[in-house]
Amino acid sequence: MPVWIERQKYLIDFTLGSLGRRKARNLALFLVYALLVFVLASVFLFSHALRHEARLLLSGAPEIVVQRMVAGRHDLVPEGYLARLDGVRGVTGKRCRLWGYYYDPAVAANYTLMVPLGEEIPPGKVRVGEAVARTRGLNVGDVLSLRGHDDHPNPFTVHGVLSTESALLSADLLLVGEGDFRRLFGIPPGQCTDLVLEVRNPREVSKVADKVVLTLPDTRPILRDEILRTYASVFDWREGMVLVLLSGAVLAFIIFAWDKSSGLSAEERREIGVLKAVGWETADIMGMKFWEGFLVSAFAFLVGYLLAYLHVFVFSAHLFEPVLKGWAVLYPRFELTPQVDGFQVATLFFLTVMPYAVATVVPVWRAAITDPDAVMRE
Amino acid sequence: MIAAGALLLLLVLATILHSHILVGRSQTIARENQALVARLGATDIALFTEARYTRHPSQADLHTPFQDHPGAFEHFPSGSLIGPPPRLRDTHARLDRATEVPD
Repeated sequence: MPVWIERQKYLIDFTLGSLGRRKARNLALFLVYALLVFVLASVFLFSHALRHEARLLLSGAPEIVVQRMVAGRHDLVPEGYLARLDGVRGVTGKRCRLWGYYYDPAVAANYTLMVPLGEEIPPGKVRVGEAVARTRGLNVGDVLSLRGHDDHPNPFTVHGVLSTESALLSADLLLVGEGDFRRLFGIPPGQCTDLVLEVRNPREVSKVADKVVLTLPDTRPILRDEILRTYASVFDWREGMVLVLLSGAVLAFIIFAWDKSSGLSAEERREIGVLKAVGWETADIMGMKFWEGFLVSAFAFLVGYLLAYLHVFVFSAHLFEPVLKGWAVLYPRFELTPQVDGFQVATLFFLTVMPYAVATVVPVWRAAITDPDAVMRE
Repeated sequence: MIAAGALLLLLVLATILHSHILVGRSQTIARENQALVARLGATDIALFTEARYTRHPSQADLHTPFQDHPGAFEHFPSGSLIGPPPRLRDTHARLDRATEVPD
């Protein structure tokens, strides 16, 4: 065993010297490789941390949301529906929820207006989210005027800005009182956006949802579990951005590896010929080339991964912002809590490092089994 | 070269340590945010504010991405980044089976 280790040490030593002789070529290879790992690792780390954050935040979301559907669309619910749910056993709490959207032409942004369930907002006051305050330049005491459904301006005094730490949840929120909300949108008393239900036994939630549909056939219940599953599949690897990035990067990598495996440069073939002529065995040459591929790819992986970690968790995934922002004006400034999944890192390692290391061995084996004289004459 | 490799490996291990430290620190913020969710009755995160169904993907109704005309291509950039909620993929089938009187 010690002999084997010594042999590998000498092989690595020789490989490093050989890499040093082709500095420019290997540096270019290393940079492209590190960039590939950086992009893939950034997406993996970002989406994993975001999924975790969403799951953590939304574990406190309403147990059941009941929406009324009219002609296939979400419509206002009469408050009387709450009384019709009295007969559904297992429901411990029923509330009417008021929320909606407001388009602000001044900054071309969509706000989410909401009447908090567990907090009284005084009339004429508003609490704004971090991105709204930033975009409109609002501070406590400033006046924000919103145009109502009847075209009348409704002035609101800002009496609080929601914390930056909650930006991922509240960036675009405007929290107003019930009376103000109804006046702004012209929603008459006795109507609400949707209903939220609390259920005593978590195992009964789907049964309660079935009973709700039977009692109120024009409604659609949305369970907390479904909300959580929605966010579990956000940025799923099979979908959207990740798939596009992954397929592009994997294709580029296949071309890259194919180019490498389809042939060696004349200089490399000559080197192999010389090594064989001076007594190197085929296994030694293959070992040397394996180490060459492994060292380049492992270094590129480590550098790419470290840069991705810094990008996502220290610089708040700044490069992704234009992609995620799309046409939106309001974008939350948030810091994700690092969630490093060992399995994910290992998957990324094997997807990027191993294929390259293996791809370099095949052409070397082809060159190494030919006669040294013939290799050198080529 | 070997020293550089060892340093990189140490830095990668340091990221794991760093993430553990930050997880500990962020627990208070997480608790506050969970309380805020309960207080507001919030259902979604505010990552994509450009369209109704991207701001509240969990509350979107069945045809919102195609609201302009049936079969319309998705036109909001973020709509192509996130997939539709899993619930929307099987609701039709579930409702059909739940119908008491056959159509």
